[in-house]
Amino acid sequence: MINAVGRDIPDYLLTDGREVYQGRNYKDGQYIKKASPTVKRGEKPMESKICETIREACERCGAHDGMTFSFHTEFRDGDYVAAMVCKVLVEEMGLKDLHVAATSLGSAQDIFADYMERGIIIEAQTSGVRGRIGEVISAGKLKKPAIIRSHGGRPRAVEAGEVHIDIAFLAAATSDSCGNAKGQGGKNNCGSMGFANHDARYADHTVIITDTLVPFPNLPSSISCIDVDAVCVVDAIGDPKKIATKEARMTDNPRELMMAQNVANVIVATPYFKDGFSFQTGVGGPSLAVNRFLEEHMKKAGIKMSFALGGTSSAICALQDKGYVDYILDTQDFDQGAAAHLFSNPHHIEIDLSEYANAANKGAYVNKLDYVVLSALEIDTKFNVNVITGSDGVLRGAPGGHPDTAAGSKCCIIVTPLTRGRMATVCKDVVTVTTPGECVDVLVTDYGIAVNPARQDIIECLNKAGIKHVTIESLQEKAYSLVGEPDLLEWEDKVVAIVEARDGTILDVVRQVKPYEYED
Amino acid sequence: MLIKNSAVAGTLESSDAQVTIEPGNGLELNIQSSVLNQYGRQIKAAVLETLNRLEVTNAKVTVIDKGALDCTLKARVECAVYRSCDQSASNIPWGGIIK
Amino acid sequence: MIQRPKPDKKRLRRTMMFMNSQKPGLIKDAYIYGSDSIILDLEDAVAENQKDAARFSLYHALKNIDYGDTEVLVRINGLDTPHWQEDVRVCVAGGADGIRIAKCENAEMVHQVEEAVLAAEREFGVEEGRTLLMAALESPMGIMNAYDIVTASDRMLGCAISGGDFRKSMHVQIQRGGVEMMVARGQMLLAARAAGVQCFDTMFPNIDDMEGFQAEVIQNHQMGFDGKSIVNPKQIAFVHETFAPTEKEIVYAEKLVRGCQAQADAGIGVYTVDGKMVDIPFFEDAKRIIALAKACGVYHGDL
Repeated sequence: MINAVGRDIPDYLLTDGREVYQGRNYKDGQYIKKASPTVKRGEKPMESKICETIREACERCGAHDGMTFSFHTEFRDGDYVAAMVCKVLVEEMGLKDLHVAATSLGSAQDIFADYMERGIIIEAQTSGVRGRIGEVISAGKLKKPAIIRSHGGRPRAVEAGEVHIDIAFLAAATSDSCGNAKGQGGKNNCGSMGFANHDARYADHTVIITDTLVPFPNLPSSISCIDVDAVCVVDAIGDPKKIATKEARMTDNPRELMMAQNVANVIVATPYFKDGFSFQTGVGGPSLAVNRFLEEHMKKAGIKMSFALGGTSSAICALQDKGYVDYILDTQDFDQGAAAHLFSNPHHIEIDLSEYANAANKGAYVNKLDYVVLSALEIDTKFNVNVITGSDGVLRGAPGGHPDTAAGSKCCIIVTPLTRGRMATVCKDVVTVTTPGECVDVLVTDYGIAVNPARQDIIECLNKAGIKHVTIESLQEKAYSLVGEPDLLEWEDKVVAIVEARDGTILDVVRQVKPYEYED
Repeated sequence: MLIKNSAVAGTLESSDAQVTIEPGNGLELNIQSSVLNQYGRQIKAAVLETLNRLEVTNAKVTVIDKGALDCTLKARVECAVYRSCDQSASNIPWGGIIK
Repeated sequence: MIQRPKPDKKRLRRTMMFMNSQKPGLIKDAYIYGSDSIILDLEDAVAENQKDAARFSLYHALKNIDYGDTEVLVRINGLDTPHWQEDVRVCVAGGADGIRIAKCENAEMVHQVEEAVLAAEREFGVEEGRTLLMAALESPMGIMNAYDIVTASDRMLGCAISGGDFRKSMHVQIQRGGVEMMVARGQMLLAARAAGVQCFDTMFPNIDDMEGFQAEVIQNHQMGFDGKSIVNPKQIAFVHETFAPTEKEIVYAEKLVRGCQAQADAGIGVYTVDGKMVDIPFFEDAKRIIALAKACGVYHGDL
């Protein structure tokens, strides 16, 4: 069945009431019944929930064949915990038919790729796939198609009961013996635990894994002890060098600076740029640099932001300290400066992924967002964005909050170079749609700016401000004139991943890639 | 042109290609590229067109492509061929068989 | 194949940005930053054993990349190297707009390059005289001979001082305020203006010192330079802003041009504006200011 972004979704996937994508805000106003976890009573006073080993914790929580376990990726590539736990489940306990529900899957979880190849992990649900896991999934090694959800889509699916987590294994920088846990004060800190705390409330069982045990009560905490079954203390939960750099580096790449400056100029030209505006940006080179140019514009206009949302870097913290940002609502910290800054300013606050971006609650923070600045692997002439598959069709990206913030914000700006090496970023059709074009308003490239024709109001604003813009088709043509028109990828029939829209409908599917062969 | 010696041109930097040419029997072409799925056909065509133009019929050619444009591929292949013939420093037939 | 329009000796050259010819990632679209000219470098930026490879890259870049309105110049290797003659051949064959002669000391060197260029134009069937020249003055001798150098050929578009080598030969270091090169800059400017060609200042080496850079650009503008060599795109915007005419200058220039044109159309030989007589050089300068204002995007009138 062809969906609202023109993608053909195989009918056999449309079971259990699953629908294809119908357009933005399609499910607005509908009622949902929230799922609830089944929890074990802790009525009899217990001195401590500490388990000597991860295995002991798994047994206490009833780990079993066919279960779904979850973990969070606030520790990014430096995370030891997910691999550590999975090894225990598979190698020590011999469990099989495992389902994994992660906020992302990357190089820190490479061992999962082995278990997928061996048929021990049979399903993966995640908001991002990178490294060897992406290659294995793309090669069709999972029994069931992976499900790719946005950051808002994940808590939606959990609350709807589409994902039922048997055990959440949550790494924490510090915990007390009863499971009050947070991302600060330990040997390895990640700052916000916004990716983790929602799981703790909806999983049947929660295990906290830390390397820094602190006296009870570890308050204020991100995860409450009332949601925790067991606490494990290990030597190290991560490699600090890979968790986060000291400070996310501000780019000095002239191309990225030029694009960032143009993004800032677009923002200033639109009517939402007034005192109390709200803003979110990613950590990629040009996106992060927008902060710097915005500061100058805010200074000139004598205004400040009401809140900055989502992933947080030192750059935005510095803006808050200078008085340009009232609140930071933080789901993850991109560098150690930001991780340490959380809570140090009473207006720098941790929020979970449901508060952040869930389309099925009563109004997430993304709905109050004026501007979001996002990157893209590809964007096509219908403004559809791909952030999940590479030009070879292999899974190697992460929607994260991309589709949620694009849909919620008043002005969604994509910033990307027109080409990367020989890859045309602006193309006729993206390999995979992860964010529908109807949610994308402006594209800023190193070769020019294009505005979604649906946003005539923004076009007028840019014209009035004397900001040149062109059609997205002309950018795509320019890209192809530089790098040549790409050949279409060749696919097998097998669907290896389902890309779910934030409302739970199916936006696109990723099929197995055919190995490349020259035609002779 | 007759390939007498092995020669290399280009780098492994992004947007570049490293071309190695060695003496051989017939044309043996080996292409590695980060954009093979979308541009493998065009890369191969550009390399072959250049070799044909230079009348290189016996050589082992290895291309490690890092997303180079066709004009870069051509320049690297030509330089490698001229280097292998020890003729790369002067009197290049610009606009002749180099085009 | 790209056919570039005939080079214009008098065109606007506020910024001339250096780019390493050997780096495909840089030269493929150096024009997007909006510098008036780019200088593809075969000299210092290219290692001694990569000069051949750089020429192949340069040739295909010139032939295949549409640099649009951006002028494309090439800095060739010095006349004391074995490379420069082949450099000239590839520039002309590729259709570069002009050649920057490095370490130019005297008129004789200009003649040598001009001869090679003419030979190449004939060899490759390029219109004779098409390829422009400019001289980089990098030594006291170059400065002393500046007037002879810039008048040595009809192809000369102008000259630029090259600070790095010049300072070494003068036993001085770069100074805030530029006192160490003040006389040389002044003398070169006099020579260029006397010869009716353009004159460009050296690049500012420390790209992180934007404050020092800006002070130097302002001084360049005050001294009468036409533009400046730059090494990083982030230096472009400030030069263009600084070299743009002010609102007041534009208003006055517009008045002069309109007034003089109307009188010329009416067949009046001596122009007067606001009751005062206007000499021809004022009229010419006013036209230059309007053209500059247009190029800088600050003129919105209909002249």
